[in-house]
Formats: sequence, C-alpha cells, structure tokens
Amino acid sequence: MENRNKPEPDKAIEADNDRNIANSPKDHIPGWGIDANPENDPTYPMKNWNGADYQRFNYDKPTQQPIDVEVLHSIERPGVSRVFGTSTPPTGISGAIRRWAFKYSESTYLHWVPLVLADRVNVIEGYIDDLKHGIVPNPFAERGWQAEWKYNRKSLVKNVAIGVAIAGAAVLIMKQQNKKKKRYVM
Amino acid sequence: MLAMNFRGPFRVRADRNRPYPEIKHPQDAIVRVTRSCICGSDLHLYHGLVPDTRVGMTFGHEFTGVVEELGSAVTNLKVGDHVMVPFNIACGACPFCQQQLFGNCHESNPQATAVAGIYGYSHTAGGYDGGQAEYVRVPYANVGPTIIPQGMDLDDAVLLTDVVPTGYQAAEMGGIQKGDTVVVFGAGPVGIMAAKCAWLFGAGRVIVIDHIDYRLEFVRNYAQCEAYNFKELGDVVVFLKKTTGWFGADVCIDAVGCDAAGDAFQSLVGRKLPLTGGSATALHWAINSVKKGGIVSIVGVYGPLDTLVPIGNVVNKGITIRANQASVKRLLPTLIDHVMSGRLNPKAIISHRLPLEEVAEGYHIFSAKRDNCIKPVLIPPHARA
Repeated sequence: MENRNKPEPDKAIEADNDRNIANSPKDHIPGWGIDANPENDPTYPMKNWNGADYQRFNYDKPTQQPIDVEVLHSIERPGVSRVFGTSTPPTGISGAIRRWAFKYSESTYLHWVPLVLADRVNVIEGYIDDLKHGIVPNPFAERGWQAEWKYNRKSLVKNVAIGVAIAGAAVLIMKQQNKKKKRYVM
Repeated sequence: MLAMNFRGPFRVRADRNRPYPEIKHPQDAIVRVTRSCICGSDLHLYHGLVPDTRVGMTFGHEFTGVVEELGSAVTNLKVGDHVMVPFNIACGACPFCQQQLFGNCHESNPQATAVAGIYGYSHTAGGYDGGQAEYVRVPYANVGPTIIPQGMDLDDAVLLTDVVPTGYQAAEMGGIQKGDTVVVFGAGPVGIMAAKCAWLFGAGRVIVIDHIDYRLEFVRNYAQCEAYNFKELGDVVVFLKKTTGWFGADVCIDAVGCDAAGDAFQSLVGRKLPLTGGSATALHWAINSVKKGGIVSIVGVYGPLDTLVPIGNVVNKGITIRANQASVKRLLPTLIDHVMSGRLNPKAIISHRLPLEEVAEGYHIFSAKRDNCIKPVLIPPHARA
C-alpha cells in the first residue's frame, strides 16, 4: 500500500522547505507553538539569537577567493568556502588518498581514517622531498632534543644507552642466527 | 622568510626558506608577527592526533602583529596598526557570525563543516598557514584583528587571542551561579585561566585536577584555588563526590581534551593507536563528577572520530553539556576591560620566551613539560630588536 506521508527525498532537499514557517503544517496541528518559550535557550550567551536562522539563505556572501590551487571540500557543503587556506595542497600518494577520503562525509570513518593514513604517508614523502631539495633531515634537531639535553640530560643519556643496548643485542642475535643458517646450508 | 615547518609527529623545524604570504582576497591583510604562542592544542597537531595535518604546514593560531599590507576591501585597519588576531577566521556575515558564533563561521573552512577556519590548525580547520612565522596572511581582516589598546602589554595582548577567551568561555558556559563549586580538569594554560575566570562568575569553590605537580602549584597560587594530583587521589570521582558532600560538583570543566592521561584504555585507543577522537578521560571524569542536573563545559579539543564517554550517565543525571570553540571576537571587549583594570593578569602564565628560531625546542619543552613549562611564546627576529 502506498504511504502518502512518506517524504520524497528530492523535495526535502529544496532550500525553501527549511525554516519556512509559512509552509509548515501549523494550521493543521492542534496547539502548534503553544509552549514555545524564547527564554528556553541553553545556548545563551554564546549565541546571540537574532532571528538569523530564518534568514540564513539570504546573507551577503563575501567575494569568492580565486581558486588557484587544488582545494578539497567537504561533501557536506555545496562548494568551497569564500576564503580558504592555500598551504600545502594535496600531492603525491598522500594527496591521492586525501582525494579519495573527501568522497565521503565527515560523518564516516571512510573520511577520517584515510586522512590519518595520508598524514603518515605524507611524512615519508616529506623525507623524500627534503632529500630532493638537498636537505638532510635532522631528527635530533627537529625533535628539539637540544632542550632535552639541557633540561633532562640524565634521562636522555639513559634512554639513548638503553636504545643502543637493545639495537646492539638485536644485531648480535641476528648475526648469530645468520651464522647458524650458513652452517646448515654447508 | 623564517617560519615553523611541520615535518611529522614530534618533528618541526625553523625554516628560513618559507614563501612570504600573499594577499589572496580583497579582505586579506598581511601581518608582521610580533608575538606567537605555542598553544596546548598545537600539541595535538604536534602529536599527530588531528587528521589532515600536512607536512610543510606552519602552525600558530595565537599571535599579534603589525599590519604590513591590506587588500582592497579592508576598511577597518591601516598599515602600521598593531593588532591581536583572534584564532577564529570569521567572515562576520554568515548567520553564525551574525549570532556572534565566530568560532562557527560558515565561510572560512571548506574542508570541514564542524569548525570555522583556524590559523595553522591543519586542513581540517581550513588549511591556513599560521603565525609561528615572521609574516602571516590574515583573511577577513575587517572582522577579526583588533587594535591593541594603548598601554596594554604585548604579552597580555597575545594571550587574548585564544587562551584567555577560551578559559573565560569555559567558565561562562558552565553557567556558574554565586557559591557554586567548580571543578576544572587540566592545569594547562586554558585550565589555569578557566579556574581564574570561574571567580569572576561568582564561584564559591574552585578545584583543579591534574597530575603535573609544578602546574598544580602554579594554579594554586595564580588562581587562589584548591588543586589536586589525581595520581594521589585513588578514584578521582569518589574523591570529588566526597569533597562535595557526596552530591558532585555544580559545574565541571574539561580543559584537557584528546591528550588526557589517567586511564590506560582511553590512552591506548585515543592516543596511541588512535582509534577514537582522543583520550576522553577528563570528560569521562567530568560527567561522572558533576551533580545531577549539573553542567559540563567542554573546551578541550577532540578529534572528529567518535569518543568514549559515558553518555548514559549524561541522560540519567540530567546533565547539560555546553561546548564550543571560544568566540574570541565576542569576548574581547569584556576581556580587554578585565586586563586593563587588573582583574586578569594573563602574562603571568608565560614561562618561556624563545626566539622563533628555537621553535623545535619550544615544542619539545612544552610537550614533555620540561623546565616547569606553563606557556611558551615565540618571538620573531625583527620583534626582538
């Protein structure tokens, strides 16, 4: 049986349907708005209610910033905002992952998890890019370990010593295993 | 020009070859930075917890500077004005800005609809380069930048761009009534300011919870409040119930966000892996420590993924949750008055003043909490003369 109250999704998306009291079924619903209380506003004072919700399609939008770099935009909005940042447009493999992620809404893990993955891939791309430009990354300086040397020297020395000891032990074990393998092969 | 350059989690450097910013829009300004802070929320980026944080970006959303260049449509500023720049990038025209929700502007962030554009805060917040640099592009310059009042200390001014408004709004959102007991989770810069500002709303008792002793000592003195190390309390929620006559606090404020310590499981899924929007330990404690019908105010930053909180208790206790990014522009007139009249002394929380060239050390000191760090400020070379 046909459900006459079933809304049609395409019609529901029309902007005129939103916040349009004139089109609302207020005349057919007994008691419509009888308990509305403007004082019941937990958003005050963060939100200075001025009725703008009812005018929200008609505001004077600022001039559009020229889109001269690739800007990914959320599919939860119709296009790019009037201004945007131009830092680090998507490039390389991480850029491809980001473009894929932006096919999904902010409401899904398919959006956010690939972006986190892209960030990690981007770190490797950053190393390659540095080397391409003749920059040898200095992880000690970039991690601010000069400050660690200044303020937490004892612990830094201890941690480095532990790291060296573990790495040394791992190398020794691997060498011994390689020797054993060679014996069996012969 | 010289600017901070993000290279990956826990790796940043001072880069002398960053491009000078350009006017991209008629309402843009170019500002020569005079002070720039490292914010606690910058550490979430630094720790790799905010999705779409791209290598090569410059962070920094708390800064002051001198106007160097103006776009053709900027009428509220002139070249040479010394301004404080709110961290929210806001158009001033959209319905949200019209309602003074400047942190929720609809025309400054194409990448995510949940938040307005923020300087130097990943592409999830619009992809803008930030103020940990010699120069920075400031969009919608008619709206955000505010001329620093004569006689105001530059160190006070730079803290009015984020940490003071955020702490103040945390207290404001708590709906504090005279005599209320307010618990602030987190004794970082925002928690310290929230505790201080809670008195301005008439709190009767202010309690701060953290696990870093030197910060607890600082907040005890700076905000004249009680401060406890949660590692010494056993069960934090039981302690807070006991100390409030077994009812719970009237207001709880989460000033920690996604990097919270104190719960191994939350830390594992929220910080180490990370599978959620962050470690929600502070928020979990806030919900469980507030009284029935109480208010939880959240200014701690979380990632966009789902977060583990006891939402059932929110319903059963009838808790009101209020949260937002601080609406800096809305709060500035009030806060300027508080600073100029001596009721607030923000610059007292600055523990480290570092040259911009030492940005990597600054991040490490703040992140690892070395040398009793509370709040580091970076000073570009031209502002040191």
